[in-house]
Amino acid sequence: MTKIKNLEELKQLRDQLLSKIDLREKGEFPEGRIQIKVAMSTCGIEAGAKAVLNSFIEELDKRSISAIVTQTDCLGYCKAEPTVEISLPDHEAIVFGFVDSKKVVEIIERYIIKNELVDGVITPAQYEVINNNGLGGRVNG
Amino acid sequence: MELIKVTIDNKVVEVEKGTTILGAAKKVNVDIPTLCHFKLHDMNIENKPGGCRICVVEVDGRKNLAPACATDCTEGMVIKSHSVRVINARKTVMELILSDHPFECLVCAKSGTCDLQSLAQQLGIRKIHFEGKKSSYRLDTSPSIIREMNKCIMCRRCEMMCNKVQTVGALSAINRGFDSVVSTAFEMNLKNSTCTYCGQCVSVCPTGALTEVDDTARIIRALADPSKTVIVQTAPAVRVALGEEFGMEPGTIVTGKMVAALRRIGFDQVFDTDFAADLTIMEEGSELLNRLGKHLAGDKTVKLPMLTSCCPAWVNFFEKQFPDMLDIPSTAKSPQQMFGAIAKTYLADKMGIKREDLVVVSVMPCLAKKYEAQRDEFKTNGNPDVDFSISTRELAHLIKQTIRDFDSLPDEDFDRPMGESTGAGVIFGTTGGVIEAAVRSAYELHTHKKLPRLNFEELRGLEGIREATIDFDGLPIKIGIAHGLGNARKLLEDIRAGRSHFHAIEIMSCPGGCIGGGGQPLHHGHSSIIKARQAAIYKEDAGKAIRKSHENPDIIKLYDEFLGTPLGEKSHHLLHTEYFNRKK
Amino acid sequence: MGNYKTEILICGGSGCKASQTVLTAKLLREVLEENNLSSEVQVVMTGCFGFCEKGPIVKIMPDNTFYVKVKPEDARELIEEHIIKGKKVNRLLYVDPKTKEIISDSKHMGFYKKQNRIALRNCGVIDPENIDEAIARNAYTALGKVLNEMTPEVAIDVMKKSGMRGRGGGGFPTGMKWDITSKSPAGQKYVVCNADEGDPGAFMDRSILEGDPHSVLEAMAICGYCIGADTGLIYIRAEYPLAIERLKIAIKQAREKGLLGNDILGKGFSFDVELKYGAGAFVCGEETALISSMEGLRGEPTFKPPFPSVEGYLGKPTNVNNVETFASIPEIFNKGAEWFASIGNEKSKGTKVFALAGKINNVGLIEVPMGTTLREVIYEIGGGIKDGKKFKAVQTGGPSGGCLTSKDLDTPIDYDNLIAAGSMMGSGGMIVLDEDDCMVSIAKFYLEFTVEESCGKCSPCRIGNKRLHEILEKICKGNGTLEDLEQLRNLSKVIKDTSLCGLGQTSPNPILSTLDNFYDEYLEHVHDKKCRAGVCKSLMKYVIEPDTCIGCTACVRVCPVDAISGEKKMSHLINQATCIKCGACYDKCKFNAILIK
Repeated sequence: MTKIKNLEELKQLRDQLLSKIDLREKGEFPEGRIQIKVAMSTCGIEAGAKAVLNSFIEELDKRSISAIVTQTDCLGYCKAEPTVEISLPDHEAIVFGFVDSKKVVEIIERYIIKNELVDGVITPAQYEVINNNGLGGRVNG
Repeated sequence: MELIKVTIDNKVVEVEKGTTILGAAKKVNVDIPTLCHFKLHDMNIENKPGGCRICVVEVDGRKNLAPACATDCTEGMVIKSHSVRVINARKTVMELILSDHPFECLVCAKSGTCDLQSLAQQLGIRKIHFEGKKSSYRLDTSPSIIREMNKCIMCRRCEMMCNKVQTVGALSAINRGFDSVVSTAFEMNLKNSTCTYCGQCVSVCPTGALTEVDDTARIIRALADPSKTVIVQTAPAVRVALGEEFGMEPGTIVTGKMVAALRRIGFDQVFDTDFAADLTIMEEGSELLNRLGKHLAGDKTVKLPMLTSCCPAWVNFFEKQFPDMLDIPSTAKSPQQMFGAIAKTYLADKMGIKREDLVVVSVMPCLAKKYEAQRDEFKTNGNPDVDFSISTRELAHLIKQTIRDFDSLPDEDFDRPMGESTGAGVIFGTTGGVIEAAVRSAYELHTHKKLPRLNFEELRGLEGIREATIDFDGLPIKIGIAHGLGNARKLLEDIRAGRSHFHAIEIMSCPGGCIGGGGQPLHHGHSSIIKARQAAIYKEDAGKAIRKSHENPDIIKLYDEFLGTPLGEKSHHLLHTEYFNRKK
Repeated sequence: MGNYKTEILICGGSGCKASQTVLTAKLLREVLEENNLSSEVQVVMTGCFGFCEKGPIVKIMPDNTFYVKVKPEDARELIEEHIIKGKKVNRLLYVDPKTKEIISDSKHMGFYKKQNRIALRNCGVIDPENIDEAIARNAYTALGKVLNEMTPEVAIDVMKKSGMRGRGGGGFPTGMKWDITSKSPAGQKYVVCNADEGDPGAFMDRSILEGDPHSVLEAMAICGYCIGADTGLIYIRAEYPLAIERLKIAIKQAREKGLLGNDILGKGFSFDVELKYGAGAFVCGEETALISSMEGLRGEPTFKPPFPSVEGYLGKPTNVNNVETFASIPEIFNKGAEWFASIGNEKSKGTKVFALAGKINNVGLIEVPMGTTLREVIYEIGGGIKDGKKFKAVQTGGPSGGCLTSKDLDTPIDYDNLIAAGSMMGSGGMIVLDEDDCMVSIAKFYLEFTVEESCGKCSPCRIGNKRLHEILEKICKGNGTLEDLEQLRNLSKVIKDTSLCGLGQTSPNPILSTLDNFYDEYLEHVHDKKCRAGVCKSLMKYVIEPDTCIGCTACVRVCPVDAISGEKKMSHLINQATCIKCGACYDKCKFNAILIK
């Protein structure tokens, strides 16, 4: 192990290492962060939710966007799988249906970055906001 | 020197910074009782654990009471030494201590000289309001010292003496809380520990927890046996301290009364260890000159410095702690044992009795002498050269049992031949004395010239380690002196490390030498008593007609009639010994 | 790094480890491996989460799910359900005892809501055996900041301004202590961390050392810089093997990174830390006794002055602070003295860790801002009294402290208020007592402890505490007199007034505070020979109500000493001379025919 020579080096090292415990920081304090929950029940997985989840992680990473990407239980819209719930800071959570890799890019580019409306939103009246009961997690950032 | 002002019981006193409340109180004659605190002024010996809490006083602005012995005065301090709060606390603490102490005062060896007993009187304790469990420990008997730790009050004085002053390390506190007590490692018997029997623990113990083995009953029995001839020898330090036991001023010389008392007790002959001290000088002095001569001639096998070997606790110390250096001390036996060896041969022959029928008793300022007398190498066919050794305190008890009025006894002389002695023999009783006696004789034997002076002030005093160079007619002899085993250790370690430049070193185990021995009347921390005894020793020396050992006519006669020459074959057999590795 | 998408944090504190969390972690990893998830999901063994009542704790991040009482056999289900299927395992989630609501985010649990974790900030968050995780959480940046930006005087000033007071119990201002030690003549000096935690039931220091050793090492180095010491010593009891192990790892890793050793962070300051082991004597928590023990001497206190700041370890100036004190210090430098001083109340700043125990629902380790009331701690964080029983008292300050009653519940907790109320902060033990506790017995329990732990050096503590304990035993046996009660009070006062060290000066506190607050219970024991809590066996007896007893002989069969006689179907009788009051018959009887009198 090499020695840390000065405070600057220590700070750099800290910033590098931050990612190592990032999941804990973000998970403990999700408030004010972009949260993306991919429904990963049997029907979701069947429809390709795993690929969607990986796409989110990849594409967010490319753009250096910090977000909490987690998986969750069925959102209740099996006909529209894969479904993804996205909550931006200070915004109501919304759910997108029929998400695929292309859609992931569009959601990131337009909804997450520019905050524009994107097709495929399942209206709030049609779903319940995911509560705490049921989620596995992934984070990108 | 920074001075600060404090107020004690409305009296303002100015003291040097660093003075304790106890010290300041003494200045204004305020008596604050103490128990665990113990100090030998000018001798760098102090026990100040702050543990007994008897000396607590009230200090304005302080939350709790302060131990006067361990609290330094600060500027403007206002102290109350006997407020209701203080008196209540003191008495309660005293009752607590007594509640864990056997009520055996009537039959306790320390009764009358017990600090705890007199403090209970001073504090006016009339009832102990607490009852409960009492500490219980087994009795530990050794050849010299008895430990009855049920009576221990954890003042830790013995521990301080054993570890800080003597560096013997036999005693220390063990266990916790109510079960804590001063003991040996693993609670082994004292005789299996590193104890040297110097008895300094006994001489500072405020209670009956540490006492000497009492041999007076065995002496009374021997005196009553018509088949035995019982003779006694008395060590030089005894005569300058015994008077204290009878209320005399410290430093009173009671040689004559002591001899008279011993005759009245029934001893057949009363002799003087000083005679054997002169004999020791003949042998030890000759040995020194012998070693010195060979050394100067370039013999590398000769070990210098030569160390004295009169002190039995010192012998125990180096046998147990410096077994790699057994060849450094003189091989000469101690005066007690030289006396015994000559008494049971030369004297027994003269008296025409068998050695088995001659009982030799010694009166010593020492507890280690009890053990020394029991050593196997000092026995012939199981019969010891010295049968019983009793301390100055035991002699006082013996006298009190048999004689009504010690004060009014006439002065009597020792019997001869083994009662004749010189001033050189007398000064064996104090630190610096053995080596001064040796110098007086060795100088004349070496130079064949008469000593220009007899008093060697440079060798006297109470400094723990002293050194001087004596001119032996052009040959500078470097002499070291240590008393207290801690000081002896320093010189021994120097020798071991090759740093020592001395030719001869005198070592005595007890602070002050034999005058401060473990068998002496208790000094209760008054170093003035030790000083008075030392002054008395030199006074006795100055008053002697003959002051050089080799001029003692009975010694000269002994060599003529019996021994031949110093270091001769008979001397070697009777007057020299060997040392053993007793390290555990 | 950063490859993991999920992390499973599992408690590796001594308590949870005793409940097999090492095995649980192993099984979790095995099941992950089976499912090819090892590269995506990491299992991290952390320090203590504090909620020991519900341990072992497992926390899954980033979805922040807090599982309680997780056993090795739950490992497979956790992976298969939560990780793979994204379904929470409801049976392992925390249920609020009042609302019966499931709460999976620990922040919303009563136990955590009012806590503010500064000293415990990394406990349960990082892997204490991995310095990288500590560094990611800012470890050693405070040291770097001090070395780069502050002179020792300035840094000491920060400590003074923060208002930090010693968390070991004394509450002495830490900045002032550092200042005094820094002003002692230059030369060899020492920084000592007192990790000789000894109060019954207290384990905050152990948890900190097990969960976040670097915060202590960093603070010791800061202290070393401030006072001019190059050597730190941690005096830790040998009964804390896990804390010792983790400290050793932390010291090794810090040395490898150059955060301990020579020329730290290139600023020319050198500092290293050694461990010294204690044998678990309570008195060695007293700083002078601690120093004696470190020197290889008998662990006994010496009188002060001289204070260790002037004459300490090996006679050199020594600054002794407790683990919790040190653990809070890096945050003071990272976030500023003002930030720290803004927490707490007027005279006591920052937070304090308490070990909450006794008859309370949520046993565990908590950290709250100074000034939090006892009521908040007991009823909100602690979740109230167990089994709906009635609150009787709360004992704080360990064997040196006292018992506080319901009238003190709204007292804001700080050093001075607790003393004013007749107890003390101590190192943070907090034991809640209910109606089933006998206050005389509680006092006796603490005295038993001090009798055992007194070093024996001074007579009031050595003998006095023993006598106090004997008097209490006498009272509990029904042999007490009114004079005994007076004697208890007088002796207690004298012991406090005359003892050498803090142990004896405070050991009678449990007696004095119970005498003050529960004198009626003492009187009942002495006068009526009655123990209302039914704790003092000598003052109670089991009797069979003849009209209710149907003679089923169940009690006869269960009695271990054959004290019960009676024919079948006839009413039975307990021989009081033989009865040992074990209560077996009482528990066995289905007809409530056995009464306690």
